[in-house]
Amino acid sequence: STFVLSADRVWWMPSDGALHGAAIDRLMYWNLVALSALFLLAHVFLFAAMIRRKRNSSEPTGSSLKRELIFLAGLTLLYACMAVSAQRLWAAIRYQGAAPQALQVEVTGEQFQWYFRYPGTDGVFGLTRPELISAPAGNPLGLDHNDTHGADDVVSSVLVLPEGREVDLGIRSIDVIHGFFIPGMRLKQNAVPGMEMHIHFTPSVPGDYPILCSQICGSGHARMQAHLQVESINDYEVWLKNHEPRHDGAGR
Amino acid sequence: MSLEVQTQTAPRRWLFTTDHRSIGIAYLLLSLVAVAVGTVLSIFMRIHIIAPDLKLPFWGVVPPEGYLALVTMHGTLMVFFVLTTGPVNGLASLVLPAQIGARQMALPLLNAIGLWLTALSLAVLLSAFFVPGGAPISGWTNYPPLSALAAAGPGQATGMDLWLVSIGIFCFASILNAINQLTTMISKRCAGMTWMRLPLTVWAWLVTAILILFAFSILLAAVVMLLSDRHLATSFFVPPGEVINGALLAPHANGSPMLWLHLFWFFGHPEVYIAILPAMGLTSSLLANFTRRPVLGYRFMVATTMAIGFFGLLVWGHHMFVSGMNPYAGTAFALTTMAIAVPSSGKVLGWLGQLLLGRNSRVHPLPTPMLFTLGFLSFFIAGGLTGPILAQPVLDAYLHNTYFVVAHFHLVMAMAGVFSLFAAVYYWFPLMTGRLMNETLGKWHFWLSLIGAYATFLPMHLAGLAGQPRHYAQLTGSTSSLGSLLPLQTGITHSALFLATAQLLFLINLAWSARRGRLAGTNPWQATTLEWMPDKAGMRVFRGPYEYRFRTNLVDFVPQCAEEPEQE
Amino acid sequence: MPATFTRTPAEIDRKDTGIGGKPPVDRRPTGGGGGGDDNWDNHPRGRRGPRELLTRYRLGLFFALAGDLMFFIALVSAFFVRQNAGHFDPRDNYVSDWHPLAVPPILWINTAILLLSSLSIEVARQHLFHEVDVMEEWLGLGRPAVRRASPWLIATAILGALFLAGQWIAWQQLSSQGLFFATNQNSHFFYLITATHGIHLILGIIALTIALCALFLLRRVEMRQIVVDCTAWYWHTMGLFWIFLFVLLTCFQ
Ligand code: HEA
Ligand code: HEA
Ligand code: CUA
Ligand SMILES: [Cu+2]
Repeated sequence: STFVLSADRVWWMPSDGALHGAAIDRLMYWNLVALSALFLLAHVFLFAAMIRRKRNSSEPTGSSLKRELIFLAGLTLLYACMAVSAQRLWAAIRYQGAAPQALQVEVTGEQFQWYFRYPGTDGVFGLTRPELISAPAGNPLGLDHNDTHGADDVVSSVLVLPEGREVDLGIRSIDVIHGFFIPGMRLKQNAVPGMEMHIHFTPSVPGDYPILCSQICGSGHARMQAHLQVESINDYEVWLKNHEPRHDGAGR
Repeated sequence: MSLEVQTQTAPRRWLFTTDHRSIGIAYLLLSLVAVAVGTVLSIFMRIHIIAPDLKLPFWGVVPPEGYLALVTMHGTLMVFFVLTTGPVNGLASLVLPAQIGARQMALPLLNAIGLWLTALSLAVLLSAFFVPGGAPISGWTNYPPLSALAAAGPGQATGMDLWLVSIGIFCFASILNAINQLTTMISKRCAGMTWMRLPLTVWAWLVTAILILFAFSILLAAVVMLLSDRHLATSFFVPPGEVINGALLAPHANGSPMLWLHLFWFFGHPEVYIAILPAMGLTSSLLANFTRRPVLGYRFMVATTMAIGFFGLLVWGHHMFVSGMNPYAGTAFALTTMAIAVPSSGKVLGWLGQLLLGRNSRVHPLPTPMLFTLGFLSFFIAGGLTGPILAQPVLDAYLHNTYFVVAHFHLVMAMAGVFSLFAAVYYWFPLMTGRLMNETLGKWHFWLSLIGAYATFLPMHLAGLAGQPRHYAQLTGSTSSLGSLLPLQTGITHSALFLATAQLLFLINLAWSARRGRLAGTNPWQATTLEWMPDKAGMRVFRGPYEYRFRTNLVDFVPQCAEEPEQE
Repeated sequence: MPATFTRTPAEIDRKDTGIGGKPPVDRRPTGGGGGGDDNWDNHPRGRRGPRELLTRYRLGLFFALAGDLMFFIALVSAFFVRQNAGHFDPRDNYVSDWHPLAVPPILWINTAILLLSSLSIEVARQHLFHEVDVMEEWLGLGRPAVRRASPWLIATAILGALFLAGQWIAWQQLSSQGLFFATNQNSHFFYLITATHGIHLILGIIALTIALCALFLLRRVEMRQIVVDCTAWYWHTMGLFWIFLFVLLTCFQ
């Protein structure tokens, strides 16, 4: 795998930019090593058995499974270790919701776009109504302009996040199931219409990360991509300010 | 004159036959047609991934939805019509009655009806290519609302309906076959054929049939509900407030796509074990035969077969870790999934142990069926070992729906399953034609396929680790992060072409050996099981299925129906 | 023309009823002085007495019904999942759009009718296994069992048709209340479950008709028994399924 690594890691996991990612990478790494080793070991046995040929000896047929069962106990132990270590990490990442002060962002998937909505200064998302959805009229999420909470909501097609702050993503879809996938953040969650999924994470390394759609959703599935830009807190604030809706009555 | 009458009625007799052997052959031919179409589709896919603008013969430039239609039909054909129809219905019809000492299935007519329904179902599926909009594009799992709303994409109108109807018919046919096989195994075993004397293939078919009864009934219910959502304006799977193509759909009641996911995977996971259990039974049998030793741990093999069947019903959630399921449920399913890896590993260890005990050189060293069995073993290990990685929700949250999964199931299901199907065909060919298949061609076929398959599917792990999602028609996109994988995917496509071409050797071998192959005589592999015994009424069994190597210099095997262990 | 007389082994196998020339009555052979092997379980398969074929068909039917049960279980579990699933509206209020549905009272009458039909088909079944009558039929002296059973089969078919008519009326009543198949989750399930069960009963009535014809057309006693027996068990099971579904639809709203 050294040449894969040297080729700027293009054929390997992209470098990790999230706080929780390092532990996942470590787990992935030792899993791959352990199972590759088993793969090789098993094939050594396989080839040994193919090449070696026993004479027609009349030695008693060993039909005891003792050796195999000991091996099996070892493998069971290995699987148990995997289950336990993976479970610890899973519980840490997914069992609890985000801290209350986490940055709230709403992600909406639709054929074949991602939209991101920030609640604005009031910290509350405005109402949306499916019947108001109209991308050509500049309202891809169906914001209800009669709802004052929505007046300061920021809608963007790029996800911009401040570095080092926990984010709570609420993931939705307005049509079919999509898969919200940021390889660089070790993050994946399906967007299911009729439900809102929450996942939370903390981006830790500034940079540009591709966002992909990982669940088949129609003819444009492969081009349903977007960008995550992790920026310093200041840059993020500036970006947010620039994107706040101007209240000239027309609505965004 | 009587001869004339006979030749006239021959095709009709063949068409309406209820003879289990002819039906078995017909099933296998059906899956051969399906695998041929499925392979051509996979080659079109592979070419499209690396050259999306290429003009394909008969097809033209494939649009992105065309690619998805190819994937969907490829997956459906391969899972249902190759790996369910072939090893379960085909091989079971071919040898199951013979192996338990019966002359016929318990309900021969039902067997024939199952065959014709399966053929009808295949025809309906393939016709989806020719309707306006083309074949469905939502993958073989067909998650709603994409699969529930005709407006959600091309192919989701008539094409999707045809898919559902086809699979509905297929479910029905499979259930009929399972009923027939279960009844046969319980009520038609010959005298002396106790449960612990059944060949392991029969045990595998028994567990498979039970799984089919569970799984396909559930799928049938799900298909009926989805059809009703599509045409009777219900909303089992469709939530309210759907906006498709900018248009709000007529109001829907509060359905949930998650319901489909649960129903589908409650079927889908047992289904993949349905596809592999017969292969496991066959592997045990063939290893015993070709190492000239009794199966190592017969009872252990029976127990693991049953354990796999049982746990197979409890792990469906491992396909849904990040689909919106409760994270606690994720933990539960991760544990059951790890548990199912244990009996599978036990089987692998048993087979390796059997091999290490040594191989007697009575039979020609490493004949083709044995090679393919070893190939099965290799692929099952290679693909199976990535299973425990995917079974860890944290890791699956990264790997889910990437090429890593594609690599996993092509190795453990597609290649292992197909290799075992090859082993079966090479082994049982004399039962179908009275002739052996050509060994030289067979060996070439094996080695080329082995190399081609590893070269195709091992590199997919890397694409998956790099984050390439499945179902991507091309590698370019606004983020162009996947462009660097192009050389890798190009290599995979070349290997796939090589692999598919190597299959021509098999077809040539089939055609040639059916007419020119070496005459097999009775019992060419010196096997103990009853399918090789001359057919006689009132068959009686005196011993277990794998009594090899009793005496060193003389006969080293005792057929199940032999009265005296010391017979010459 | 010797070729005309050759039969493939399969055909011989099919024609062989395997009763070994014994009358199809529900009794094991007694010693009777014949000597030999009296325990049929020691005979080779296919020679184990008159009940062997019957057992085989029953077994097949049993597995078919087990699969069918799974089908209904899928529907029922979906019913419970949907019943307990609500969602959050944009203001974070939990809304459940499960509207309990009052089942039309006529269902009680239908249930009674179905139970009655189970009774009548059981009577028909018993007649076909009545030993004296069966002996008489087997000896070719007449068809007392057929004569006695057929009215009960007809009665069952009529009761079954009545049940279906009753279900139809129940649907009419619901739709006059504005509850159609597509109205809400609950009505989806009500209509889907009653409709699939109804289809099963239609199949049952077809089976009854076939059994009735078979009673007069089939020459062998044991085949007549098999047809009626399997139809009866199918019918009983559908009755049982209905009880479960009815309890589900009335008590678990
Ligand atoms: C025949 C088919 C088959 C088989 C047998 C398996 C076997 C297993 N599968 Fe796989 N799986 C599929 C077919 C199959 N799978 C398919 C088709 C999909 C994708 C469906 C889709 O989305 O389209 C899938 C997807 C899939 C997923 C979901 C991935 C995702 O979508 O994110 C998961 C997750 O847990 C999983 C797990 C497992 C596990 C733990 C096993 C275990 O049973 C494996 C057990 C085997 C072993 C563990 C190997 C044993 C060998 C050894 C131990 C070697 C011994 C070593 C020495 C002697 C040194 N599989
Ligand atoms: C049995 C299962 C099976 C088999 C054999 C194959 C064979 C192949 N598959 Fe398949 N594949 C699936 C099952 C299978 N696949 C499934 C379930 C999916 C998912 C679909 C979805 O997401 O909806 C999939 C998806 C899939 C993808 C992912 C597409 C995507 O997500 O974008 C790709 C991409 O490369 C691919 C490629 C190939 C290739 C190159 C082969 C080649 O190996 C083909 C070469 C063929 C052979 C080696 C077999 C020859 C066999 C015989 C001749 C035996 C016949 C004998 C008798 C019948 C007696 N497949
Ligand atoms: Cu959205 Cu795929
Ligand atoms: Cu699975």
